[in-house]
Amino acid sequence: MLDYITSYLSSNTTPGQAGNVFWALVYIMIVFGGVSVAVMAMNWLERKALAHFQIRLGPMRVGPHGLLQPIADAIKLLTKEDIIPAEADKFVFWIAPLIILCASFTVYIVIPFGPTHAITDLNIGILFMLGVSSLSVLGVVMAGWASNSHYPLIGALRSSAQMVSYEVAMGMAVVSAILMTSLNKTGTGTLSMIGIVQAQQSQQMWFIFKFFPLGFIAFGIFAIAMVAETNRAPFDLPEAESELTAGFHTEYSGLRWSLFMLGEYAAMIAVSSIAVTLWLGGWLRPFPNTLTGDTWDLVFSLIPGLLFLGLALIAFVGVVRMPKHPYFRIQTVGLAGFGAVLGLIGLILFIPPVRDRIQDIFWFSAKVAVFMYLYIWYRATFPRYRFDQLMKVGWKVLLPVAIGVLILTAIMGVLL
Amino acid sequence: MQPVATTFFFYFLSALTVLSGVLVITQKNAVHSALALIFGLLAQAGLYLMLYAPFVAGVQIILYAGGIMVLFLFVIMLVNLERAQKEEQFNKQWLVGVLAALALGGLLVAVYLKGGQLFPQHIAQPVESSNTQEIGVMLYGNYMFAFEIASLLLLVAIIGAVVMAKKRI
Repeated sequence: MLDYITSYLSSNTTPGQAGNVFWALVYIMIVFGGVSVAVMAMNWLERKALAHFQIRLGPMRVGPHGLLQPIADAIKLLTKEDIIPAEADKFVFWIAPLIILCASFTVYIVIPFGPTHAITDLNIGILFMLGVSSLSVLGVVMAGWASNSHYPLIGALRSSAQMVSYEVAMGMAVVSAILMTSLNKTGTGTLSMIGIVQAQQSQQMWFIFKFFPLGFIAFGIFAIAMVAETNRAPFDLPEAESELTAGFHTEYSGLRWSLFMLGEYAAMIAVSSIAVTLWLGGWLRPFPNTLTGDTWDLVFSLIPGLLFLGLALIAFVGVVRMPKHPYFRIQTVGLAGFGAVLGLIGLILFIPPVRDRIQDIFWFSAKVAVFMYLYIWYRATFPRYRFDQLMKVGWKVLLPVAIGVLILTAIMGVLL
Repeated sequence: MQPVATTFFFYFLSALTVLSGVLVITQKNAVHSALALIFGLLAQAGLYLMLYAPFVAGVQIILYAGGIMVLFLFVIMLVNLERAQKEEQFNKQWLVGVLAALALGGLLVAVYLKGGQLFPQHIAQPVESSNTQEIGVMLYGNYMFAFEIASLLLLVAIIGAVVMAKKRI
């Protein structure tokens, strides 16, 4: 038994490929926990950043700077009354949020956080991700239909039309990136997520810069289509609150509603991971080919620790600036403790073995985090599209451009 | 890597496929039928995975479960279900039904009993790690002509749909 557990540590693959059930389960739990924590952090960040965009303070009451707000929200949602409308289709109403949740969490088994830090590496990796994430639209449609109410049904219809339209442009953009993986000596490409990043490594170029501007345009199309796929602003017509209350999840409350939110944010992280893997070099650190040598390796490996120390510093600045009134004492102590934890994490990240193992995960997460911030930025900046404009952009702009990029990429690949 | 619990998963997925197939025709509500069909298609994708055909399984999920069934549901939701629920579910042509079922069942038994020679004796060992690449070589090499004909047919279907749906082009 112990041998079975330790045997994986010497193998240099993902637990899925090594066929080690124990470590696969451990990885699954780590990823599930990590994603759930990331969703909570994202929830807090979104409210806070949106508030600052609009010159408000955002959550300030629960914990220092509202840091405990997601936990308070979660407890509130868990203890709320769970209402099923009388005329609703009970079974479908019950299973719809589960389908969304399962679809958005299943894709994480192929996301490569590092060359060995993935649950498994499927031969059909990217196809699997696109397929399973497209199942979440079924959950949306079922939720809208089962509610047996007008707004949810309209929201579900809008959502299915929108997701089916944008999936086509998205798929075309993905294919042009996969085409680039085949530009090697053997001429065979790959669909495996780890293989795609390794192809970028061996071609010494992130695919966003490949055949400039072709890779960049394909990336741009994907970046637009993925916002539409996840029903986020400015493409959040299925849940446009000014017209449809909350769209397909109007009738949901309490725990079920929170499952929808969890699924939506998990799907956002998942599609951002696809973009990072396909075009932004996955787990590779910036400039892996030009800034080489031991010195640069050391400099880049120190960045995760320094980042956490910087966050700790910000927290301590917050402690100093906290009002001195006794009413704020608990908050001040809490913020200082939070800063101390961040600083401790930063110090742990400086230990050489940890530093080496954590590096790829750090760079992958940092790139995904940029996308998550972009989602909030879009929401604060762009007004919502009208539905006919949405369809026009999807079918008459993104799809032809994506097909054009695909053909040009193929021509360039043959010529060069 | 050695597969785990293969027999269990085979029976599990087969049972799921058969069960959802039965549910598709017995459910009175069209949306419930469509949902059962989705589960059947997903179980089928699992069976493809067990046959070392991951690419086919992926395409099954992305096209059938993710694409076609969404369009099915889209249409069903717009149809008046109230009237459909009042209509009779099964018609009275039981004689033809029994005959057709017997013929199909007889065919199945015949294939099961005598079909052994139709298949190659040794079990093929497909390489899972290069399954996609092999399918690509097949489609664009050996079966290039059939593949192009099929895509041309689809193109004709698309143009036909546009011509029929749009009054003035």
